[in-house]
Amino acid sequence: MTTTHALILIIVAALATFATRVTPFLFLSRHSAHPLILHMGRYLPAIVMTVLVAVSLSAMTLPVFEVSTDDLPTAWQHWLMSAKGAGMLISAICVAGLHLWRRNALLSIAVGTGIYMAWVQIGTPAVVG
Amino acid sequence: MFGYLPLGAAFGVLFTQLSLSPWLGLLMSLVILAGAGQFLAVALLGAGAGVTELAVATLLLNSRHLFYGLSLLERFRDAGIAKVYLIFGLTDETYSLLASLPRSGDRDDIHARREDQRLMLRITALNQLWWVLGTLMGLAAAQLNFDSNGIEFALTALFVVLGIEQWYALRERWPFVLGLAVTFTGLWILPNDQLLLGSIAGACLLLLGHYAVHKRRTAMASTHTPRSPHS
Repeated sequence: MTTTHALILIIVAALATFATRVTPFLFLSRHSAHPLILHMGRYLPAIVMTVLVAVSLSAMTLPVFEVSTDDLPTAWQHWLMSAKGAGMLISAICVAGLHLWRRNALLSIAVGTGIYMAWVQIGTPAVVG
Repeated sequence: MFGYLPLGAAFGVLFTQLSLSPWLGLLMSLVILAGAGQFLAVALLGAGAGVTELAVATLLLNSRHLFYGLSLLERFRDAGIAKVYLIFGLTDETYSLLASLPRSGDRDDIHARREDQRLMLRITALNQLWWVLGTLMGLAAAQLNFDSNGIEFALTALFVVLGIEQWYALRERWPFVLGLAVTFTGLWILPNDQLLLGSIAGACLLLLGHYAVHKRRTAMASTHTPRSPHS
């Protein structure tokens, strides 16, 4: 990828990000009490976050799914038994448990990432693959 | 607030895997200023995504920001040029800090409002400072042959934390179940590279449907329930 192409993409990402932040101030201020806006504002963030958690837990090992997309339970079994899949699940549970316990975002993220990095770097041999 | 330091470092390290000039990573933290958004942009840059794909992905991922501003409309009023920076810096972390800030004084008191806005401006700028410093640290650490394998998990951890914060704010189970169900369905029917966008789009449609049903139900309830003579 050329630097120019990367620069264009960065500017696009910057504009798109700013667009989502400025929209309520430009267009939604007169409709801020509209029930649809309130409804979306109430539930969408929780749904988007859940999708992001689920996608990022599966997406990092998605090649696993290419083994047998027709047979998803088998694919999940493979994912869970692979070093990455199990490490991610364990680290994610640690993050959630730590956050429910101490509710300190920095602590939860740092410890969880540390566990995962140790897991993949110490090189637990993959059961599958 | 300090949460942005390690997360920024994770972003910096991840960026160096792209074999682009590190200055571009610094530029991203200066002009984009989004945790999840920048991680996603790195993934898409690495996958050789086009302009449209990146724009749509960023818009969908940040669609939750559409609703952040609503609760701050009043407090950002008349902030002048500072308002542009306050809006630019409205990340997940900054928003949750600003939203939990107690209001100082009367809402019509112009001095109290100015004071309030100066404080919000300082918080926003400090958050970006930590984010940029973290990015620099990550970019530098990557030059030191530091084994960063697995650091990309910081993003997943951030999503888990933000999800739990949503749970504390909402205390309702179904949005989380819906998000999981949509993603699992997506794993079945969507190609891998469409999973994120397809799932978010599907969830938005379902939420719109839920709104329509919810509205009809409350409308019916209010027409069919006889008014209590005592109320």
